Amino acid sequence: MMRFIFLFALSLVLVASCKKRVAPYAENRQMIRLNLHTEPPTLDARKATDTSSIGIISMCFEGLMKRGKNGTIIPAMAHGVETSQDNRVYTFHLRDAKWWDGREITAYDFESTWKTILDPKFPSGFANDLYILKNGWAVKNGELSSAHLGVKTIDRKTLQVQLEYPIPYFLDLVASHSFFGIPAHIATHFPKWADEAGPLFVGNGPYKLKKWKHHNCIVLEKNPLYWDSDVVALDQIELTIIEDSNTELNMFESGELDWAGYPLSTLPTDAIQALINDQRLNRYPLSGTYYYIFNVQEFPFNNVKMRKAFSLAINRKSIIENITQSDQTPATSFIPPTIWDVQAHFKDHDLEEAQKLFDEALEEMGYTKSSLPKITLTYNTSEAHHKIAQAIQEQWYRAFGIRVRLSNVEWKVFLDELSHKQFQIARMGGIAGFNDPMTFFDLYKYPDSSNNYSGWTNHEFTSLIELAERTPDIEKRKSLLRKAEEVFMSEMPIAPIYYYQGSYLKKNYLKGVQLSEFSEADFKFAFLETP
Amino acid sequence: MIRFLLKKIFILFLSLFMVASLTFALMQMIPGDPFTQEKAVPEEILKAMYHHYGLDQPWYVQYYRYMKGLITFDLGPSFKYQGRTVTEIIREGFPVSMTLGFEALILSIFFGIALGSLAALKHLKWQDHITMVIAVLGISIPSFILATFLQYLISMKFDLLPVARWGSFDHSILPALSLAALPTAFIARLTRSNMVEIMQEDYIQTARSKGLNSFQIVIRHALRNALLPVVTYLGPLTTAILTGSFAVEKIFGIPGLGQWFVMSITNRDYTVIMGTTVFYSAILMLCVLLVDILYCLIDPRIQLINKKVRA
Amino acid sequence: MSEKTRRFSSIFVLLRYKKTSEEIPSQYNFWAESWQRLRSNKMAMFGLITLFCLLFMALVGPWLTPYTYYETHLHLKNQAPSSQFWFGTDELGRDLFTRVWWGARISLLVGIVASFVDLVMGVFYGSLAASIGGKVEEFMMRVADILYSIPYLLVVILLMVVIGSGITTIIIALTITGWISMARIVRGQILQLKQLDFVKAAQTMGASPFRILARHLIPNATGSIIVTVTLTIPTAIFAEAFLSFLGLGIQAPIASWGTMANDGLPALRYYPWRLFFPAGFISLTMLSFNVLGDGLRDAFDPRMRL
Repeated sequence: MMRFIFLFALSLVLVASCKKRVAPYAENRQMIRLNLHTEPPTLDARKATDTSSIGIISMCFEGLMKRGKNGTIIPAMAHGVETSQDNRVYTFHLRDAKWWDGREITAYDFESTWKTILDPKFPSGFANDLYILKNGWAVKNGELSSAHLGVKTIDRKTLQVQLEYPIPYFLDLVASHSFFGIPAHIATHFPKWADEAGPLFVGNGPYKLKKWKHHNCIVLEKNPLYWDSDVVALDQIELTIIEDSNTELNMFESGELDWAGYPLSTLPTDAIQALINDQRLNRYPLSGTYYYIFNVQEFPFNNVKMRKAFSLAINRKSIIENITQSDQTPATSFIPPTIWDVQAHFKDHDLEEAQKLFDEALEEMGYTKSSLPKITLTYNTSEAHHKIAQAIQEQWYRAFGIRVRLSNVEWKVFLDELSHKQFQIARMGGIAGFNDPMTFFDLYKYPDSSNNYSGWTNHEFTSLIELAERTPDIEKRKSLLRKAEEVFMSEMPIAPIYYYQGSYLKKNYLKGVQLSEFSEADFKFAFLETP
Repeated sequence: MIRFLLKKIFILFLSLFMVASLTFALMQMIPGDPFTQEKAVPEEILKAMYHHYGLDQPWYVQYYRYMKGLITFDLGPSFKYQGRTVTEIIREGFPVSMTLGFEALILSIFFGIALGSLAALKHLKWQDHITMVIAVLGISIPSFILATFLQYLISMKFDLLPVARWGSFDHSILPALSLAALPTAFIARLTRSNMVEIMQEDYIQTARSKGLNSFQIVIRHALRNALLPVVTYLGPLTTAILTGSFAVEKIFGIPGLGQWFVMSITNRDYTVIMGTTVFYSAILMLCVLLVDILYCLIDPRIQLINKKVRA
Repeated sequence: MSEKTRRFSSIFVLLRYKKTSEEIPSQYNFWAESWQRLRSNKMAMFGLITLFCLLFMALVGPWLTPYTYYETHLHLKNQAPSSQFWFGTDELGRDLFTRVWWGARISLLVGIVASFVDLVMGVFYGSLAASIGGKVEEFMMRVADILYSIPYLLVVILLMVVIGSGITTIIIALTITGWISMARIVRGQILQLKQLDFVKAAQTMGASPFRILARHLIPNATGSIIVTVTLTIPTAIFAEAFLSFLGLGIQAPIASWGTMANDGLPALRYYPWRLFFPAGFISLTMLSFNVLGDGLRDAFDPRMRL
């Protein structure tokens, strides 16, 4: 019997050993392999809200404008744009370009896409991004028909857009995925056009969707009909869909992937130190802030001094050096440095001040250290949040001598508790949607807006923001927003911790990838440097 | 016999109905819904989504719709993965999990019984101890730790097998080994435990004195009686292994059904939760039924089938 | 500590033998004999002693170091075992030795209590179903199947929302469906044993079904029962780790062996001690329980020749 077992095992080993090696990269072909962290829930540009979907959509579609290097906005589908005197009307002139199936791209494609998104019955998760269009909100809420929307096709190649009020960052918005256009001739007839790769899935970007095996892989190939296809060097992009970041790193190390990490997925936190030591880790700034949010409507953080005390006691530098290790900057303000120069509103790890404020707050609320009821820090399940929370819990203990309770809750329960304001402090974070402080301030404009989980409100802040919205002069607007941030930080409804950085690994032979601070990766100019 | 089977099938459908109803009730009770995201979706948009998927109807209307769908095998669309239906998801994921599970099952049954018999034959000698230590390791090291370890050792260090993904037989070796460890260990121990008792029986002594060697004794006499608890264990084991393991599939990037069981709950993807639960339950009850029938085959003294009906 | 017990039991036995050797009811002999058999089983004794050592360390271990389980030394993170940190440090610079023994308390408590409850419930349910038989058995087993099929995670989330997270919640969560495997196995064994002659003999002698169950059927199923329990314990430990990871169990900074193994796993390549110690101790505990369980099974088996 032992012999039998032995032979069986031996045969398994023999079978296993005759296999081909995996080539480091396909010779003679410009093909790269990436990993997408999760399966995209949808590839319909009108519905997508998550980074995976948007990542793929950005490779297959292009909007009227596009984000270029160093924060510039460059023409894309539109070769030119004019603005009216009052900056309320934008006229886009489309270039000669075709969809994959050869049909011409017209202004009507964009008009119909935007109108569909704002249709009251259409389930689009980001429709509010389009409320800047004249009557956008009214159309979505069914008060006006879509004919009243401030979008008009003047002729096949000319699109006129009217805004509710002028904003300096409209072109940046237009470059974002929320304003992409999809082929009207397909979408109107085939509502399920984006469910699979196939003849119905038609885009206008540098790459075509060749294959989509759900939860398995996505294959993109060069789009020969793309207007700028001459500069596209890659023939094929293959994306595996593997959720485990350790596995992804392993695949990168064994040569099965050419890229690991941000923005398409993440690197395992435990590996970061080793990668830094090897000097292989690349890091770049993102337009976002990681912060803890206070519920200002409930004890104990209805007291401003308490909030400030907790915020000042955090040793951000230590967390960045030891836990996140992506070369982040300690956040001493809300708006990250990618949007404007940071004006520090407090000192990181100002223990003296923190303890003073804490004692004062206790007195004001009528408690002593021992009689203070338990405070809970809520966060959702994730390796990084878990580590940071534990470190900060210990920091608060050292600063104040009280033990904050950690509540690691499941994702949906976390969202539920946030929206119902059933928390005291919670972990939060946000990446900018566009290159303007409004993307962050918008969230806290009103106490009852759905994104304002803290419930904070301040009359001065709200009026400053509203005024800034209507101010066309850029400098004046900026100073209003600066003042708004001062008011915001003086009340500390949030405790900013660090400004995001993306970290990734890539093979040296892969060049030309453009990374934006909005978590986008542009592979249009990517190529493989053959040795 | 026919009446027996019909009765069983009727009970099966009744049980599935109970499972579906209870799961539905649970889903209504827990907080969270499929459309919430960190960047809050404005009210009117949430309303539109709810309406689109019929989630704004009262619970009994939703219940009726689910049940009707189950009967017609229309399990509905996924709320999170728009454009995919639950039937598609199961149809694509199950064959993958099943193939992997089959491999693991064959490995564990074969090695488990072999190791367990060996240990029993050499009771309290060194072979017994070694096999039992191996078995304990198999039980106390969970599949995800073993999977990571194997991936690191064999794929990374020795570059013998692919790191992850699914496609060829090579891709299935490490995940199958990770999955098979625990069942092998448990089957080995169950087999050993029963075998040791049976080896004391008189009829084994008779066989030995008749001149049969150990191998023949085991195969012809001892195994049949020792296998009953193993068969019991195989029922739920087969179901679990065939429907996929969440951890192993995640680590090896295998597009099977296993990840859906956890993912659908985390996403509050109601239709997928219902669909996968009923699917799992159906397979479980089938396997349990098979196990009961196997009982009667292994040990004819067990009377589960009514004597009158046995034809 | 085991020395004391040994001496004590030997004295106990000796006294008994000395006093009334003829009048001792067979029961006392049985226990004494079983204990003797167990003692001579070296592996089983190893298991017993190891378990006591682990329990001892769980109680005493954390006091042996100057560190607490929660204090972080961020600049000393991920250090290998040294004279300063006997088991090394974790990703936040906490002493692993202290944390391992704190975790021992949780894992052992959860593992043993949950398994014990599963054992009692499972044996009770399974043997009841098998001995009653017929429609009642059918009904009981189907109820078990239905309970087993319901998505476990949903139940746990609901529990957490209603009761809140913590050790009690975890134990309740683990025992809701944990007993079903045991019940199935016990039912199967008893179905098989029920037909054997000695049961028929007992019935003819007029023994009540309960007596048959308790004195004849269940003891003969102990082999499978013990093996199943030794599987339930690690399952409970890792289920607790999984649930805690999802936020449904113990909260940081307290950790159990399972959660430490979970945390240490991604660091396998770089800082292997973070996985090795908690996982190693889990394996050691399981090994001890298993060999002890096997030894007990052998010890209680009257047919065993020594």
